[in-house]
Amino acid sequence: MSVVTLQMGQCGNQVGGQFFNMIARDTFDQSLAKCNVPRQTNQQFIDDVCERFFSQEEGSLKARAVMVDMEPKVIAMTTTEAKRSGLFQYNNKQQFCQKCGSGNNWAHGFLVHGSKCSQQVMDLIQKEAEKCDRLEGFFTLMSLAGGTGSGLGAYITQCVRDEFPHSFIMNQVTWPFDTGEVIVQNYNAVLTLSHLYQSSDAILIVENDQEQKICSQLLNIKKISFSDINEVIGHKLASFLQPAKSNNLTSNHLGEMLEHLVPHPEYKLLTMKTIPFMSENNIQYSAYQWPGLVKHLTQMLIANASMEEGIDWGVKLSSTGLAYNKSMANSLFLRGLDVNTVDVSSFKDGRLYPSWLPSEACLASWTNQRTFNKYEKSASLVSNSQTPLISLNHVIDKAWSMFTSRAYVHQYIKHGLAEEDFLDSFACLEQVIKNYKDL
Amino acid sequence: MTQSIVVQVGQCGNQIGFRFWDLALREHSSLNKTGLYDDAVSSFFRNVDTRYSDPADIPVGHGLGKIKDLKARAVLIDMEEGVVNEIMKGPLRGVFDYKQLITDVSGAGNNWAIGHKMYGAKYKEEISETIRRAAELCDCLQCFFVIHSMGGGTGSGLGSFVLNLLHEEYPDIYRFVMAVYPSHEDDVITSPYNSVLAMRQLTDNADCVLPVENQCENIHGKTQIFGEMQALVDIVNKINQANPKLAERKSSRGHVKAGSAISTGDGGIVKGKDEKPFDSMNNIAANVLLNMTSSARFEGSLNVDLNEITMNLVPFPKMHYLVTSQTPLYSVSDVHIPPRRLDQMFSDAFSKDHQLIKADPKHSLYLACALMVRGKVEVSDIRRNIERLQSSLKFIHWNRDGWKTGLCNVAPVGQPYSLLTIANNTCVHHTFSGLRDRFVKLYKRKAHIHHYTHVDNMEIEDFSESLESLTSVIKEYETLEKQINNPAPSLPRLQVI
Repeated sequence: MSVVTLQMGQCGNQVGGQFFNMIARDTFDQSLAKCNVPRQTNQQFIDDVCERFFSQEEGSLKARAVMVDMEPKVIAMTTTEAKRSGLFQYNNKQQFCQKCGSGNNWAHGFLVHGSKCSQQVMDLIQKEAEKCDRLEGFFTLMSLAGGTGSGLGAYITQCVRDEFPHSFIMNQVTWPFDTGEVIVQNYNAVLTLSHLYQSSDAILIVENDQEQKICSQLLNIKKISFSDINEVIGHKLASFLQPAKSNNLTSNHLGEMLEHLVPHPEYKLLTMKTIPFMSENNIQYSAYQWPGLVKHLTQMLIANASMEEGIDWGVKLSSTGLAYNKSMANSLFLRGLDVNTVDVSSFKDGRLYPSWLPSEACLASWTNQRTFNKYEKSASLVSNSQTPLISLNHVIDKAWSMFTSRAYVHQYIKHGLAEEDFLDSFACLEQVIKNYKDL
Repeated sequence: MTQSIVVQVGQCGNQIGFRFWDLALREHSSLNKTGLYDDAVSSFFRNVDTRYSDPADIPVGHGLGKIKDLKARAVLIDMEEGVVNEIMKGPLRGVFDYKQLITDVSGAGNNWAIGHKMYGAKYKEEISETIRRAAELCDCLQCFFVIHSMGGGTGSGLGSFVLNLLHEEYPDIYRFVMAVYPSHEDDVITSPYNSVLAMRQLTDNADCVLPVENQCENIHGKTQIFGEMQALVDIVNKINQANPKLAERKSSRGHVKAGSAISTGDGGIVKGKDEKPFDSMNNIAANVLLNMTSSARFEGSLNVDLNEITMNLVPFPKMHYLVTSQTPLYSVSDVHIPPRRLDQMFSDAFSKDHQLIKADPKHSLYLACALMVRGKVEVSDIRRNIERLQSSLKFIHWNRDGWKTGLCNVAPVGQPYSLLTIANNTCVHHTFSGLRDRFVKLYKRKAHIHHYTHVDNMEIEDFSESLESLTSVIKEYETLEKQINNPAPSLPRLQVI
């Protein structure tokens, strides 16, 4: 079952490039000895990955992706980097770009570029979808701060939903740095999220602040660039989108995963936690065991930590004391040696989930004996929980305070948005926050 | 890739414009070693085949064609011929097409009304045609840069007329104005009138204005320095004090690095014994334009297009006056001065000595701030500096994290990295208040008004309306600045029932 990736805007294209790079490296670039699986199983894995993410065209492996941006520089850079890696390429015909950007203006991306370009972009998506034997769904990569990724991304998601009502759509959104990359990022974020909530099946949130912390504290990178951050994001995405099997041997197709993770349409926000993360040099010297990894991961979930350092062990699963992080559903992905021996019962604890959900159904675990990306054991947790609430609250606070002073609003109205649209978006997100708070 | 057209009006405008084109050519020639006509070059230059009498335009195509002959996407307007003739006799004459020039002989006599009403009416058709021709040769025109002074007659009068015209004929194209404001002591007595009359046009028709305070110049081209109060003069003086050797340097073309025509900004100008820092100051202003557009031309990990600058820095339609500052300073790309440490560069950018107008942004309220970084700087360096500087700067309560960052991979010529800050700060209202006071002093007595009202179509109401417009802009900035210590109470958020 194939997944078509849509890379929207500068961020979407840059993250997408690293995502495919990570998959290609993990799949094609690992020696058989390190993989921990027999040759036949490895070959089966490679075939699965190829079917899922790549198509064989004109003798080379092309990513199943459509690249969209309003200006040509980023797409050109991403394509060149892919070619340079030698492992895969992007299809030059599956790219759409214009000359002029969206100017960080959501209204410009959504209303102006949306109506102008949607036909051509949908044609490209249709072509890519037809290449798949069986289409599972769409994976859209976009940022929340800019104009193209957020505005045009939201518009295209709506169009895709209309064209392909039976496919699954997951949107990966990049949350900008708290102290700002773009001044109107809070407006753009609020407008995008409220629109995505209508048309997407799941919204996977990745925060730049947290990824940067991982780079500096765990990977020991001194001068962190955006491509370092994107590598971390690519690693996390690949760790759960690469093939794996559940206990009853069903494969982790997008639909299966989303059906489990999003049981209720009002709760669509997902976050990822992956361990371990360490710099190249340290990997050879560490010997970590599954019980340790599971324990850390559980506490990361409960205490809402994004990485394995600085976890607050004081937060416990009890109704008195510090409030802990409640979840709707969790999916655990275990890869590497001895995955069958892992005890995951800590994730099945009923106190983690609301009382109106049966706790046995709340955890899905997927395993693969094959090691992932040089880590001999790695675990990834995708959860539908209260984790994004703090950042979401923060963003709405700032956006609301700007809105009450009517700052920058004239720039959005210039392109056709109305003040009611703003209010609708605020109302939608306040509802989302309330739903999650009441878990 | 988008194109921009530069419209330079009046003596000051043309001189700054000339420096800009000089620098742009240097930058592209040092970066584009293969001589191919690519998107970056096409943003400001056309590639033409001069074998035809009307030089035929060669499009970018796949970016692999060689450069035949470059022509600037510029329109040069001046009502007296001195400056434009000098340009056309100088080393850059090949870059300008005679059809892009509009000149007259007698000048505007430091009179806004003559510039705007009389010459405006006379040359409207011609200006419109010339701009249309330049615009049609662009694949995707994104913005106009208009450069002019505010104190004189042609620059302020005809310059603001051109702005009006651009607003009417090309409403969707952004209009950036670099306006040179007269200083407190100015030898043109009517400069406050000219400035205020022009400002009203800027408030109504420009998308973004970058005010620059220069020393004044009279219409005969003599430059005189008054006092120590002018911003750019101060900057250049500071630099000369830091390196006394520089002031005496004549031509050090013997050395490859120091003083080489590529790396310094002033090759092509022979400095006389009584060196005037005028060219160096124009250099700084021209560099601002170059750095602002660098991210739109070259690649980087966080691109900032020109429409993003207007989007992020203009919270309310009339408050589009942006304060700029630049580090390191360009009139000196001498390697004898050690490159500033990165963090020092960020701190310098916010000190009042580096601003291009005489204002102190640190003591006023920031509405928004953009950092355009070029060169080998990573996002973590920027984050670190923002966190460091955040506490010493005051931002308005609804925009506490009001930073816009842009990263361009390509460093400027001769430097490892550079920073341009563009901020919307309430300190501009001090400059404007000073301007208004000087205006009112003259207007109360109706001094020199008859020179203006003599001109056809010029009414006395133009004066009062312009004064009103200026007052309202000042008031808007003042109201926001009052919130510096006690923010207005905000409405509570929507509650879910």
